[in-house]
Amino acid sequence: MIDLDVYAPLLLPKEELFTSGHRACQGCAEALAVRIVCKALGRNSIVAMATGCMEIVSSPLPTTAWQIPWIHVAFENAAAVASGVEVGLKALMRKGRLPHKKINIAGMAGDGGTADIGLQALSGAMERGHNMIFVCYDNEAYMNTGIQRSSATPFGASTTTSPAGRVKAGQETWKKNMPEIMAAHGIPYVATACSAYPIDLYEKVKRAAAVKGPAYVHCLSVCPTGWRIPSGDAIRYGRLAVETGAFPLYEVIDGKYQLTFDFPKLKPITDYFKGQGRFRHLTPEAVGRIQERIKGDYDKLRAKCENVKK
Amino acid sequence: MADPARKKIGVEVSIAVSEAVKQCDVDVVSAYPITPQTHIVEHLAELVAQGELDAEFVPVESEHSAMSVCAGSSAAGARTFTSTASQGLALMAEIVYCVASMRLPIVMVVANRSLNSPLSIWNDHSDAMMVRDSGWVQIFVENGQESYDHIFWCFRVAEDEKALHPVMLNMDGFMLTHTIEPIEYWADEMVKKYLPPFQPKFRLHPEHPLTMGAFGPPEIFTECKKAQDEALIATMPVIERAWEELEKICGRKYSAVETYRAEDAKTLLLTMGSFSETARVAIDEMRETGEEVGLVSLRLWRPFPFAKFRDAVKNAESLIVIDRAVVFGGPGGPVASEVRSALYSGKKRPRIVNFIAGLASRDVQPDDFYQMVERAKKKIKDGTEDEYEIYGVRE
Repeated sequence: MIDLDVYAPLLLPKEELFTSGHRACQGCAEALAVRIVCKALGRNSIVAMATGCMEIVSSPLPTTAWQIPWIHVAFENAAAVASGVEVGLKALMRKGRLPHKKINIAGMAGDGGTADIGLQALSGAMERGHNMIFVCYDNEAYMNTGIQRSSATPFGASTTTSPAGRVKAGQETWKKNMPEIMAAHGIPYVATACSAYPIDLYEKVKRAAAVKGPAYVHCLSVCPTGWRIPSGDAIRYGRLAVETGAFPLYEVIDGKYQLTFDFPKLKPITDYFKGQGRFRHLTPEAVGRIQERIKGDYDKLRAKCENVKK
Repeated sequence: MADPARKKIGVEVSIAVSEAVKQCDVDVVSAYPITPQTHIVEHLAELVAQGELDAEFVPVESEHSAMSVCAGSSAAGARTFTSTASQGLALMAEIVYCVASMRLPIVMVVANRSLNSPLSIWNDHSDAMMVRDSGWVQIFVENGQESYDHIFWCFRVAEDEKALHPVMLNMDGFMLTHTIEPIEYWADEMVKKYLPPFQPKFRLHPEHPLTMGAFGPPEIFTECKKAQDEALIATMPVIERAWEELEKICGRKYSAVETYRAEDAKTLLLTMGSFSETARVAIDEMRETGEEVGLVSLRLWRPFPFAKFRDAVKNAESLIVIDRAVVFGGPGGPVASEVRSALYSGKKRPRIVNFIAGLASRDVQPDDFYQMVERAKKKIKDGTEDEYEIYGVRE
């Protein structure tokens, strides 16, 4: 039987707003995510981006990969800058200095620019209720500066600042649950996504853009360089992250949880860890502990979701 | 609120400043509360709440975000205002530098206040000096009327196509912000005549996509910085013109370097901000005793008005620079070290004596200026070659 899903990406808009020629690593699933997010946002959009991989690879003067208006100011303030663009345009349109037009304002940052240094500015922007979308491209460490751990780095992962050694087994803390933090702000739309599921990512960004008020999309973006996997395997690992429950895909729409893909029987976490250099030091005991935690978290999430059979 | 009859009214300077911001019809105000800036932003919030000012008031969660919101709204082409002080300025400093390099014409009032520690809410210039090299046009004002008048000036300079720099108005915290002074408001028509609507050359808009705040590799970074430096220096004619036009509108004459009884003065005092007013009183008193003393008040701090400054001090034998910030372990207060450098290449230059005074609102009365003149004379006579002295320390 033909797997028709394979052809679905062909239905996405052809126009590239984040063009090729940028300097991302081979096989970067974050660049893919940005490309798909921009297709979903469309031409009538403005992007405020934090310092990080995507900013560096896309804007070395005098070149740019951006076909839509784009601004970068600093690392921790993408959400605040985006909210500034939003209020600026709102005031100008209200005062008749610019014609009324729906323009999607999107803040974008990596996991460091979202969950660590950018958390305060993001929380402020979400709380103030700006009509904007914030997309976190989560590759689970500070990849741009050389694979340092962030609060989004999963337990056990070896990074350059949480290295696995004789007495330590990599990251010693659990991944910060950023989507839950956003959901706790009571904003109308929160979603997790992954560029290994391009159509789902596209649809979620479309929904986020349609929402009146703040929307948050947390997109797992596999980083072959930092995860120490072959550059051709990003999509496979993105899928495994979802299928093992390590990164479940769901939405929180007006406070209501919906699981995007339900896996009553999750694949074992070893399927996901196998082949990832960042996890290769893990002992069976550590893997067992992680497996237990993932199962528990998944069950809790599942219990909150209204669209799954209990 | 503008009084067409142009009568002076008694008003707190912070309120007058926010009335001026309103008269400029700003589009966005973004701020985080910090003493002694609060009255300015509180009044702006009230003006927006009462429908007297059609603007977005964005009460952010930090000064860092205040300036970041300003960056976004200014990049979108909105006339944008913020205000802060002290620790707030320190927190936003990263973005203070960014917006200058991005040439975003934001206007900010700094209600000058000391930097911690120990914690102090009172007035000196240590906050402003921290961002001295940020690339903003920076001025210091002496009194309430100047503060009010210069809000219009700030927007006019910032948004001029030949300038496009953010502009920082430094006004002494409490000394000015919380003082009630007689102030003459401009009629709205005067503002209209003086300040054209902001028409940004570049803005973030889907109709003309552009990339702002890009990454500058070493091959291009030096050129960017050279261009920025030249652009700030080249703003001088815009600045001068804005003062000339301001005089035509309201009759008050301002310039980069003000002098008072300086023509024949052997000794010149150099002050910035509200101290200049007290110094004038002191100079009048000293003149009565036959002391040949005058005042140079530096209004424009960046771009530094080298030519005007050198001209103002060219006949003096000694120049007493009164700084309001400490440069720890350095060559004297920031103003003194700067003017020493500005005068070094001249053949004839006054002897410079530097006092650091008035930290955290430590009172400096006319008599203190007299004391400083006496001490300076003694230092010169004795040949004391100290870099600076912190004045008025209780021992």
